[in-house]
Amino acid sequence: MAKLNTNSNAYTIIYASVLVIIVAFLLAFVASALKPTQDANVELDKKSQILAALNIRGVEDVAAKYAEVVKSDPIYGADASQGPKAQTGGFAVATKEITPDNRPLYIAEVDGETKVVVPVKGAGLWGGLWGYIAVNADGETVYGTYFSHESETAGLGARIAEQWFQDSFKGKKIFANGSDEIALSVVKKGKEGNLAPENYVDGVTGATLTSNGVNDMIKDCLGLYKDILSINK
Amino acid sequence: MSLFSKENGAVFMGPLNLNNPIAVQVLGICSALAVTSQLKPAIVMGLSVTVITAFSNVIISLIRKTIPNRIRIIVQLVVVAALVTIVSNILKAYVYDVSVQLSVYVGLIITNCILMGRLEAFAMQNGPWESFLDGIGNGLGYAVVLVIVGLIREILGFGTLLDFQIIPDSAYVENGGLYLNNGMMTMPAMALIIVACVIWAHRAYNKDLES
Repeated sequence: MAKLNTNSNAYTIIYASVLVIIVAFLLAFVASALKPTQDANVELDKKSQILAALNIRGVEDVAAKYAEVVKSDPIYGADASQGPKAQTGGFAVATKEITPDNRPLYIAEVDGETKVVVPVKGAGLWGGLWGYIAVNADGETVYGTYFSHESETAGLGARIAEQWFQDSFKGKKIFANGSDEIALSVVKKGKEGNLAPENYVDGVTGATLTSNGVNDMIKDCLGLYKDILSINK
Repeated sequence: MSLFSKENGAVFMGPLNLNNPIAVQVLGICSALAVTSQLKPAIVMGLSVTVITAFSNVIISLIRKTIPNRIRIIVQLVVVAALVTIVSNILKAYVYDVSVQLSVYVGLIITNCILMGRLEAFAMQNGPWESFLDGIGNGLGYAVVLVIVGLIREILGFGTLLDFQIIPDSAYVENGGLYLNNGMMTMPAMALIIVACVIWAHRAYNKDLES
């Protein structure tokens, strides 16, 4: 057999095509084989974030605990007074798909008390922020929060994902006394203005822009759910 | 030539010490800075690079005589990219939390100079078994430095090791002690300084590396 000329144009083109086709099939196979496991992981991660907002952290069996705690995940339409437009299915709505007429939330029961978990999303300094805020049945007292971020600065903005920051929201009031404006804020120390102590938490030192991002996220997203929260007020 | 001959031993041990990709060749620094703020991602990253280097070396070595010379770099890239995508999918499926921490850096293994360097310099000229050893050696050489840096940064930056508390709670300022975690350690800049210290120590020990 004559030695193949590995430098000819035809050989090069055929070689490249065959290689790419083989690799494409291989990757497609791997991706579709692992997809169910990956999706399950993403779902589990979302469940553990919702549980974290309910101050349930570090549980072993997230799925079982979630099933035990979260009672329903209704979706509300544009008019909250008509009740939810769907009783379940809120979990499947990604936080970025939330619009005024498509508002999922989670009804949970912790120690016999009903809690409402509201998903929130916003923008930090470098990338997206998201989280969950659990509110007591009175519709205004924060029970717990969970925040995470895409790419905030490690050691500064990234600290919003730490528990001490999230715990500082516990017991705070969403609304200012008697008003229906969202008052809950994240402020720089000393810049509280005339906010009542139960309406603000301290921002993260050295991470003013990320803290402002959390502040705006709370204002925007809780504002979107204001009418639903006020039903129980 | 036997499988574990002296030459093969040198191929394997070289990159672990005297020809270490990070400490001596100063390759792959970027990812060494990014993923070493804690030990666990550093270990997973080191293992991922080891697996990818070893297998891409073997694959390229097996097909090295058929690769058209003009597109050899592209062929190498395709093989590496395919392996990286597979590893990244496996991490997402089985160690999801680590894959979240490693984020884009798994994908960036494709651009890790260690891989392309080994493919071009070694796998294109040598048989599969030697190439495999070379890949494992270089991957582990990279992993060792990552683990050292991750170890130092996690202990000093978080007071933990693989999420276990190492520095006793009572030593912290908020509990009446005198100790504070060093926030600097969580920043990428400190990784650069620690890598430099590792290189310093390595050269001080191996005098003949000094030029």
